[in-house]
Amino acid sequence: MIPASFDYSAPNTLEEALKLLQEIGDEAKILAGGHSLIPMMKLRFAEPEHLVDLNNIPGLSEVSMNGDTLTIGAMAREVDVEDSEEVAKVFPIFKDAAKLIADPQVRNFGTLGGNLAHGDAANDQPAVMLALNADLEITGLDGARTVGIDEFFYGFYMTAIQEGEILTKITIPVPSGKVGNAYHKLERKVGDYATAGVAVQLVLDADGTCISAGIGLTNVNATPLRAERSEQALVGTKVDDAAIEAAAQAASEDCNPSSDLRGSEDYKRRVVKTITKRMIAKALERANA
Amino acid sequence: MIQCKTSKEIGGMGHSVRRKEDDRFVHGKGKYVDDIKLQGMLYMDIKRSPYAYAKITNIDKDSAMAVEGVLAVVTGKDLEQYNLHWMPTLMSDTQMVLPVDTAMHQGQEVAAIIATSREAARDGREALMVDYDIMKPVVDPFKALDDDAPLLRPDKEGQKDNQAWHWEVGNKEATQDAFDAADVVVKEQMHIPRIHVASIETCGCVADYDKIDNHLTMHMTTQAPHAIRTVIALVAGHLGITEEKVRVIAHDIGGGFGGKVPVFPGYVIAIAASFLIGKPVKWIEDRSDNLTNSFARDYHITAEMAGTKDGKILATRMKVLADHGYTDGAANPSKFPTGMFSIGTGSYDYPNAFMEADAIYTNKPPGGVAYRCSFRVTEAVHAIERITDRFALEIGKDPAQLRFDNFIKKDQFPYHSPTGWEYDSGDYHAGLELALKTVEYDKLREEQAEKRKNGQLMGIGLSTFTEIVGAGPSKDFDILGIKMFDSAEIRVHPTGKAIARFGTKSQGQGHETTYAQIIAEELGIPSKDIIIEEGDTDTAPYGLGTYASRSTPTAGAAAAIAARKLRDKAKKIAAYLLEVSEDDLEWEPGKWFVKGAPEKAKTIQEIVFASYTNHPQGMEAGFEATHYYDPPNLTFPSGAYICVVDIDPDTFEIKVRRFVAIDDAGHIINPMVAQGQVHGGLTQGLAPAMYEEIIYDEDGNALNGTLMDYLVPTAVESPSWETGHTVTPSPHHPIGAKGIGESPTVGAPPAIANAIVDALKPYGVTHMDIPITPAKIFEKLKSMGVLDKDITAEA
Repeated sequence: MIPASFDYSAPNTLEEALKLLQEIGDEAKILAGGHSLIPMMKLRFAEPEHLVDLNNIPGLSEVSMNGDTLTIGAMAREVDVEDSEEVAKVFPIFKDAAKLIADPQVRNFGTLGGNLAHGDAANDQPAVMLALNADLEITGLDGARTVGIDEFFYGFYMTAIQEGEILTKITIPVPSGKVGNAYHKLERKVGDYATAGVAVQLVLDADGTCISAGIGLTNVNATPLRAERSEQALVGTKVDDAAIEAAAQAASEDCNPSSDLRGSEDYKRRVVKTITKRMIAKALERANA
Repeated sequence: MIQCKTSKEIGGMGHSVRRKEDDRFVHGKGKYVDDIKLQGMLYMDIKRSPYAYAKITNIDKDSAMAVEGVLAVVTGKDLEQYNLHWMPTLMSDTQMVLPVDTAMHQGQEVAAIIATSREAARDGREALMVDYDIMKPVVDPFKALDDDAPLLRPDKEGQKDNQAWHWEVGNKEATQDAFDAADVVVKEQMHIPRIHVASIETCGCVADYDKIDNHLTMHMTTQAPHAIRTVIALVAGHLGITEEKVRVIAHDIGGGFGGKVPVFPGYVIAIAASFLIGKPVKWIEDRSDNLTNSFARDYHITAEMAGTKDGKILATRMKVLADHGYTDGAANPSKFPTGMFSIGTGSYDYPNAFMEADAIYTNKPPGGVAYRCSFRVTEAVHAIERITDRFALEIGKDPAQLRFDNFIKKDQFPYHSPTGWEYDSGDYHAGLELALKTVEYDKLREEQAEKRKNGQLMGIGLSTFTEIVGAGPSKDFDILGIKMFDSAEIRVHPTGKAIARFGTKSQGQGHETTYAQIIAEELGIPSKDIIIEEGDTDTAPYGLGTYASRSTPTAGAAAAIAARKLRDKAKKIAAYLLEVSEDDLEWEPGKWFVKGAPEKAKTIQEIVFASYTNHPQGMEAGFEATHYYDPPNLTFPSGAYICVVDIDPDTFEIKVRRFVAIDDAGHIINPMVAQGQVHGGLTQGLAPAMYEEIIYDEDGNALNGTLMDYLVPTAVESPSWETGHTVTPSPHHPIGAKGIGESPTVGAPPAIANAIVDALKPYGVTHMDIPITPAKIFEKLKSMGVLDKDITAEA
């Protein structure tokens, strides 16, 4: 498996990178960790003419918790977030998700930004970001703009990142109240893409009433999917069994899985329902811990 | 416990000697075929058909020649000029090297691109334009004999339909009578799906033809270098490449598992290219090409068992539809088109059995290689162990008890099976007793009963199998006419150190360690002082290679006998040196000594030195022996495996909680190596049971041609294997060994399948085809209308 030949640049500053992207135009492709792009190139599903490697640019890999915001640089490796105990205090969901992404070698090099910018509904971080209501900073030569996660995913491998732009930062609000979050996916074997995956975040007030809920679904729709009716089914409740059942049922109805080697549409809906239930229960347990 | 006859220093049989070969592997110093780099070497890539069945209307060579670095494009029409466009398979069928006009399966070689670099060859492959007229392929073997099915092999004289051959064995009428008279008859339709060996190293070679000497050196990753040399001479002899001018060298091999026995078209094309161009040509198959262009298994089996209400088996019947792809590219002994499938009467004693098989041509890749399995034993064992459990379920008897009640008893050996085999030895009761005790079977059944009351899905599955390995006795066993003996040649140097060469070829089995231990056992020369060499046809004695668990039963026996010849010679020399009669001498490992006077002794090293420096007059000097071993019978390893699974009642995810494997391979040469073999083999048994299958759509497209979708299990999926053994030596083998490499691959799948079916018993499930996946369980229960059944009511 050998890719088609391509040109390669590794700029040292963000500005240099943006200029290069502008010069090269639509034949440019950004290389971050490369763990989605390079396999596609080896199979010649992707044959970009010019790779612009961001790995030499300093300052894009920050991971920090600042009061009410978690900031993750787009070039932060999966392992940076996976290993951060500070992040795990509020967002154990990142450990849940990272452990299910491919294998340690991939996580040592694959980036969170790349995971999102690839625009693949089979990736795990998009659902997590939906549950956590992330904002994404996209930078072009004209400066930076912020896009909410709900406006980020357009279609199959399509995102809000325009030609000549680079995803630079992810910010995630740290909610006030009792917070619990969790992610799980069913996979056929370790390292597989999800048959279906569910990310949940619950915020509870002091007496245990759900004041907000975020639920994202992996690989059961053309784009990463927010399970809105499921969220609504939880907000205002004490997240009792009936509410959980209703939320899980809604998720299984609202997703759009297709039958493939991972299972039939019916099977995937059953998996979505089961995992949604389990992740709500797990997030609730964590919120109350 | 294993008793050792030799000291640790000598390191003979029974010692867990560390593997000699591992030093170079763990240092990254293994030498594989892709490590070969020769002066002026060119690279080959292969353009493959995207369609399962298509006429090739045009190959535009110029489209590839325009790529920088591409030197030549080789097509079937080019090879036709040299009569190299077809080649024989090991099963006396024929296979296209490159098609002249029709592509017979998706992924078939259509043209080869020769270039100055691997990258240029791949770019040439992408650029090469081929035009096709697509035809409707035969994909479903059950429809291959329909009237409207196209005749796939009009090239074969007299071929009227898509049947390749018919085979049968056993007593058809008596079996029918037994079925007619039986209280209970059970029947299941099973598919043992198409899988791939998925070795880490793909196929590959460097064909190096020297025009001046008219000599071909073929570096390649092969399990059977001598047989390959003979085949090359048969295919290319008319071009002057005759057998003495061919040297096949198999270096280290990154996994073989039966997938590296056949001659693949890529090898012949590389030879042709090197012959035509006069430069070395390297071909390394890529991962997807490897995964989708050969296969193992693919047997559709109708299995039936007849018995009494109280659990006595009376007869079995099996009918096979074998999907061979477009040609029979299996690697079985010539007289055994279904390999050893007739071992499928299993470990049980009953008088009547009948088996038949029909091989079918389809538009799929050829193969049927024996994937870590002695020629179709895996298929046979799966069928008998599944149908035995089905019988137990039908009559409501515990499957362990049913097996005890029907086992061939220890004193019945040698046992003559209804399909014509003579089982050499076995103690099946002892194996199953140890397995049940290890797993604490009664407690597990109690736990299962409790869990069922709560709707939890837990299953316990057994497999008590008999293997048949070590092919084989020359009266019945040959490949392309060459008898399936194997060989050893021992050469001991004056200082008492030795080199031994074999006709087999290790691919991870540890021959460099274990063969040395056999020689150490017989001769007393420390195993660390013995170099083992295999794989070079210019230096090694002729042999049929390593597959079908045959190395220890054949070449291992040859090593023991060659060593015994040397021990006899040593005795003569010792008598001469000690000035006593040979009758006065007694052997202990490493020396001959005078009976009653152990201080009067000559060590083997002293004796060897004397053979070069002071040998008796009239005796041949030196210390060398060769033996070609023709086994009197096959060997029959056995095992008792128990698997415990838990299934998630919502997602149907399957967790193998425990797996106990008690093997009986006779005497064990190196317990550590044997255990390693069992661990690897069990994982390769887990693979087809729950993960691996090459899936085709109705147009003959392989849907899972990468390791993203062809699911090879890893350490994460594997349970912690619990292994043990009983020892029932083979009575006819010189060291009583039976072979271990394949038992776990053969025995594990039915244990796992039986456990899963047992877990699903509350739903009324009686059978599921492997690989059994969570999604398949869902579909099964859905199709039975029991998805929402309250199973606690059953308990």
